This record gives sequence, structure tokens and C-alpha cells, in this order.
Amino acid sequence: MKIRVTERQASDMKNYDIVIIGGGPAGLAAAVSAKKSGIDSILILERDKELGGILNQCIHNGFGLHTFKEELTGPEYAQRFIDQAKELDIEYRLNTMVMDISHEKVVTAMNREEGLFEIQAKAVILAMGCRERSRGALNIPGYRPAGIYSAGTAQRLVNMEGLMPGREVVILGSGDIGLIMARRMTFEGAKVKVVAELMPYSGGLKRNIVQCLDDYGIPLKLSHTVVDIKGKERLEGVTLAEVDQNGKPIPGTEEEYSCDTLLLSVGLIPENELSRGMGVEMSRVTSGPVVNESLETNIEGVFACGNVLHVHDLVDFVSEEAAAAGKNAAAYVRGERSAEGGREIRLSPVDGVRYTVPVSINTARMDEELTVRFRVGAVFKNCYVSAYFDDERVIHRKRQIVAPGEMEEIRLTKDQLLKYPDLKTITVKIEEA
Amino acid sequence: MEIRNLTCISCPMGCQITVEMDGNEVVSVTGNTCKRGDVYARKEVTNPTRIVTSTVRVIGGKADMVSVKTKEDIPKGKIFDCVKSLKGVEVEAPVHIGDVIVPDAAGTGVDIVATKNVERA
Repeated sequence: MKIRVTERQASDMKNYDIVIIGGGPAGLAAAVSAKKSGIDSILILERDKELGGILNQCIHNGFGLHTFKEELTGPEYAQRFIDQAKELDIEYRLNTMVMDISHEKVVTAMNREEGLFEIQAKAVILAMGCRERSRGALNIPGYRPAGIYSAGTAQRLVNMEGLMPGREVVILGSGDIGLIMARRMTFEGAKVKVVAELMPYSGGLKRNIVQCLDDYGIPLKLSHTVVDIKGKERLEGVTLAEVDQNGKPIPGTEEEYSCDTLLLSVGLIPENELSRGMGVEMSRVTSGPVVNESLETNIEGVFACGNVLHVHDLVDFVSEEAAAAGKNAAAYVRGERSAEGGREIRLSPVDGVRYTVPVSINTARMDEELTVRFRVGAVFKNCYVSAYFDDERVIHRKRQIVAPGEMEEIRLTKDQLLKYPDLKTITVKIEEA
Repeated sequence: MEIRNLTCISCPMGCQITVEMDGNEVVSVTGNTCKRGDVYARKEVTNPTRIVTSTVRVIGGKADMVSVKTKEDIPKGKIFDCVKSLKGVEVEAPVHIGDVIVPDAAGTGVDIVATKNVERA
């Protein structure tokens, strides 16, 4: 019986040039770009009931300043790309969960209409986005009552389902979603008492601290964390304490806050179960795939972009990165991506730079210009972003401030790299002035 | 003489800016490290504005809620009046991006419009 099913599936197996996993901002931009690069056979697989991904619940404004030169809300930004995808007749399936991708690029997916089915892809673009770090990852002591949500879950409840998680709120973590939700819950009549941040600086954008907290008189307590959770059935309160330089609570600094809701905004993790399953090499720093200049993983023809690759703060850069992945996947399908005659250059992040995307550059495959994105591990003021071509300092850009919350970039050109025929390693670092 | 303390939002520096005011006149701006901070501070103390975003319930649509925004920025002092103008508002599907949900919200002269398409179920 099992053999017969397998045989039937093998003969029914659909073929697509490019299969894109995820119909959020990354998947949409990758699809549009691949189509514009001349590939017709494209399929987007999306597990939600609509395209647009997490942008659908990000109803606040501030999206698209780079891409469209205007300030849009999340759903409006998503719609621009959904419209483009529809105009270009790009095929997509909703309510469709991808279960597995094989090393040979056979995508196994399922939905209510078709059941379990397989698709053979020539190229795969990973665009699954990320998910939120949960309470379990934080080791907060205390009870496990109802009323503790990740900020994004609360955002979905309020903005898409019209439900209020609670009335008296404490937020742990000052990530952007937490800050946005502090304002949103205030609009809906909740009292947001405090935002506690473990680090001595906020991971959120300054604009959000001012416009979501300061505007409404919500205090932000840096170097503070939740040390106890009270309430057996429903959350009744939390205890905050100040932490020392090592993140350890300082005895005697405890403060009680009564609340029925605790929102966690403590970081995002790329969602890479599928990538790992197919044998994609992962970065321990970003929790995303290790990619080359084409945003291609260690598996030929498998590309990654957006938050599944590394967590972004601006969707505009997701769209830009995804467009590059789409274009490169199209070139791969057409067999136009030869590394012949090229040299492999490694990128090495040191001295304050935590990682780079990509991690390697092949000079034959690279475009005329390449954006290297990275994050720093701490706040540096009055410093330089430097790139050394082996031992020679080639880029040395003065910066008033670089911070972990804001992604940085340097731009390299092909001409620039070809001037160094023996170049092996480009080291990216932060240098004090 | 009134003193206003602000955090600049123009870049991650987040300069702590002090503005000296004489009534509605800006006497001095200090603490900023660049020109953008000066421009931001003067606007923020004389005419602070914000875009307000929220949601309203949809009847007979493929989604229960539709997101909305003030079409332009409104005076900061009117934020809660705008939010209140949405209380109890329900719209019937279909709703499309740009459809006016509440005209002239809270007397600001600015319409609240839909920011998402919700088709009929």
C-alpha cells in the first residue's frame, strides 16, 4: 500500500523552477524579483490564510521609508508586494504547511484541499521568517499562570482578532514589538505600568522609545528583569529587580508590580527547522543559514533571505535582500551562475562585529555592488566601521554611534575587489577613534 | 522661561536635548550633536504631531478586524480623541485601503482611513 502511494506521488509530482517557502515580505519580494528576472515557473507556499506574513499584524506606521519614500503601515506595505505578485501572475498556495524539504529539493507540503503532496524544485528560496523567544528560554522563576504572552502573540490577538489579553500590563524586554504593544495596549484602555530591560541599553529603535513610551509616560527600567511571577490561575503580579553587570539580580532592589498581563519582547529567532532538516549549514551567531554573496546556502540552488537568514529591524532591507535572493535563484535556474575564474574571499567579523551576511564572496558570481550586512555586539560611540583587505585598511567610515539594535552595512564593489588579486580575507571590525 | 527635555529620534545616538522656551518661542536648543536634532527639537516643542493607528471591527468580512490610520499626522494632543472616535465603530465588508472610516476625526480635519483590504466572507 505504502509503495503504491509513493509511486502515484512520484508520477504526480509537480515541478517548479523556484519554490519559495513563506509568503511574507521576504517571500513576496523574492518571487517578484525572480519573475522579473525571467522565471515563470514560481510557487509560493504560505501556511497562513493570507499573504503578507507578520506585516499583517504590524498595523503601526513607519514601514517603507527606504523602499517607497513614504511611511506606510505594515498591511499597506505588504499589499504593495501582494499587488505586484498578483499582477505578475505568481502562483501561491495558502493554508499550506511545508513539512520537509529534501537535499534534492523535493518539497513535501500539506493542506486541506490536496492533502500531502510533493513538489520538485530546481531552486528553493527559504523565507520562513522568525519567531519569538518564549518564556521557556528565559528561566524566569515562579508560577505558570495564564496572562503571559509574547508581545507578538498579544499583537495578533489585539490587531487581528480584536481580543484584549488584559488590563494591567508589565512588559519584559524593550524590543520593538514590546514597545509598539505598550502604545497599542494603552490605546485600547490598558494600563502599561513599566517596561523592564535586562541590558543597560534598549534593543528597540529610539523612535519607538520616544513615541511608544515617553509619549504616554510609561517608564523604561534598564538593567532590570523579572525575578518572580505571582498568581496560580491568572497572573497577579511580577517582581522586578535591578541586575549587575553580569545580569545577576541585585538583592534588595526588588519591586512588586501588580498586573494581569506580562508581555515578553526578548528577541527573535530565525525559524530554521526546515533548513536544518535538509542539511543547510547554520550560523551559531545568527541562528540562520551560512550564505555566500548570492545568499545561497551550502546546498547549491537553495537560497535564504529575510528574517530566516538573520533578524532585521527594517522591512525595507528584507525586501532588498529578498530581491537579490530572487534574482540569484533565477540566474541559478538559467544556469548563469558560474564561479569559473572567480576567487573565494572570506569575510571575518571581529572586534565588536558579531557576524556578517554573507560570509564569503566569489568574485565571478558577485554583482557589481554587494551589500554586506552585520550587527555589532555592544554600543560604540565615536568609532569607525573598518574593513581590512587582508592587512590593508580599505574602508574606514566614521560613525557617531553603532548599536546592537540597528543593523549596519558596508558596500563592496567588484572593481574594488579585483584590484586585490591575492585577497583572501576581508575583516570587518569596529575601531575606537 | 520653560525648560523642555527631549530625546532625539533622528538616529540611535538619542541625544538628550534641552529646549529653553519663552511662551511659544524657542530661545535655545542645546544637547544635540547635529543639525537634525535642532530641527527635530524645534518641531517637537512647537508643533508635535503623530500618525495614529488602530483597528475597527468588520462585519461579514474574511477578517474580524481592519487596521486603520489617520491619513496624515495629527496634533499630539489629539491622539486620545482620535482613538476615542473609533470606539464602537464597525464597518461592513468589503473594505479597501484608503476607504474613509471616520471623516474629520476629533475635529482635526484629518480622516481615519483603512490600511488593509478585507473582502466579503
